[in-house]
Amino acid sequence: MKFIIAIIKPFKLDEVREALGAIGVAGMTVSEVKGFGRQKGQTEIYRGAEYSTNMLPKVKIEVAAPDDLAPKIVETIQQVASTEAIGDGKIFVLDLAAAVRIRTGESGDTAL
Amino acid sequence: MNRKILCGAGALGASLFAAMPAWAQDAAATPTIDKGDTAWMLTSTLLVFLMILPGLALFYGGLTRSKNMLSTMTQIGAAASFAMLIWVMYGYTMAFGDGGNAFVAGFGKAFLKGITPDSVSGTIPEYVFVCFQMTFAAITIALVLGSTVERVKFSAVMVFAAIWLTIVYFPIAHMVWAPTGYFFGLGALDYAGGTVVHINAGVSALVAALILGKRKGYPNEPMPPHSLTLTFVGTGLLWVGWFGFNAGSALSANGAASLAMINTFVATASAGLFWMLAERLAGHKGSALGFCSGVVAGLVAVTPAAGNSGPFGAIVLGAVASIICFFAVSKLKPMLGYDDALDAFGVHGIGGIVGAIGTGIVCSPALGGPGKADFSIGSQLVIQFEAVLATIVISTIGTVVAIYVAKAVTGLRVAPEVELEGLDIGEHGERAYN
Repeated sequence: MKFIIAIIKPFKLDEVREALGAIGVAGMTVSEVKGFGRQKGQTEIYRGAEYSTNMLPKVKIEVAAPDDLAPKIVETIQQVASTEAIGDGKIFVLDLAAAVRIRTGESGDTAL
Repeated sequence: MNRKILCGAGALGASLFAAMPAWAQDAAATPTIDKGDTAWMLTSTLLVFLMILPGLALFYGGLTRSKNMLSTMTQIGAAASFAMLIWVMYGYTMAFGDGGNAFVAGFGKAFLKGITPDSVSGTIPEYVFVCFQMTFAAITIALVLGSTVERVKFSAVMVFAAIWLTIVYFPIAHMVWAPTGYFFGLGALDYAGGTVVHINAGVSALVAALILGKRKGYPNEPMPPHSLTLTFVGTGLLWVGWFGFNAGSALSANGAASLAMINTFVATASAGLFWMLAERLAGHKGSALGFCSGVVAGLVAVTPAAGNSGPFGAIVLGAVASIICFFAVSKLKPMLGYDDALDAFGVHGIGGIVGAIGTGIVCSPALGGPGKADFSIGSQLVIQFEAVLATIVISTIGTVVAIYVAKAVTGLRVAPEVELEGLDIGEHGERAYN
């Protein structure tokens, strides 16, 4: 099993969710996060006083997937979330040691 | 009897002006109340009050940090209320009482002595005139507070308000608006109070801010406005209320009021857009706060010119004032390093000075203004400069006195931990947002 973490631009969330649904992803966890990378921050100006905010709002998607589906998920997120501009985000893939469905106690791929 | 000065209305020429019915009334045997004028002046008085609460309170409040929102609004409401009480006790008589000299009127009308519902001022009941002028005193002290918010003690505001109104506002109001007043005698053009209200408030705000000192962390720590939405709402209320301020200063429902009204529309519209244009030219984005700042700068600049300019002169005046104020707040202030927190000086002081001097130009009939045929821009400008300089000197000296008395009595500034935590909790024991 793989654990996929994707940090994307917030306005891309709906498209990514739909695309992942279409390839058979049954669930995901989404959170609003802040951070920075190469995009750096934004500059706000109030009556000439400049403030730079170095953290930008992003959306973090977490998906747990069977090994065979993981590459397809990564590929889909990469294609859908891309605007080919700086600040599109990152995708991280981790090995997932275990998964348990709390309601039934099932574990492994069947719990996903 | 007490009229705002119109173009060409230097001293004696005033009685010839058709738009000044009160002078004619004075000559008549029995002054009578005009119902139309009275209805308009009752309305105008409330419009000016609307500028303070909630207009200015929201405009200023939105510009502060959220931890100082209530403190800012409460200082404005309380100082304005205090001004109203002082006004009826001795302010009105100092500004508009009978007798006295060129600098202050006599004390015969202290506690409104002798005024009844039957008393007439011009063509309106004197009580209405008292109330209309009361709102001017109230908004002027409230405007000053824009430079000192986020660090001045509430108690200091109240002490400062009482002294400042007494030694600065009432005398200047008398000098500008009473027929025996010093500026009135000079023939200075100030339709609705550009010197009395805006230059006076702006310069006093600068002096107060310099003595009070900077907010902790200024200018290195970010201090962005906490709600430009509320500032925008406040801007709208100020603009609407300003029609009472300017068109109400005709003291009649007449043609002069209509001229003041159209100028208050177009000068302001021009100024709002030109501030945004100035932002673009300076390499920034046209901003909401820029629009709001331009609107207020335009309103300030058109105040002395409202009935003393043609509509197209007013458009140019609004644009010029807006651009100059833009540079004052975004370039001059950082360069000089003073902490005029909400730009009371940058917008009201600078805008007021541009307006006062510009009025001496746009009043010319050659530029579409309502000045008489023999109007001379050159000699009028000399008078305008004189009135501006005199106002600056009086405001500066008076503010220094008032602030140091407030400092001796109250300590002036909140403790560092109160400033850090916010004046809402520290001074009033509540939060604006829960």
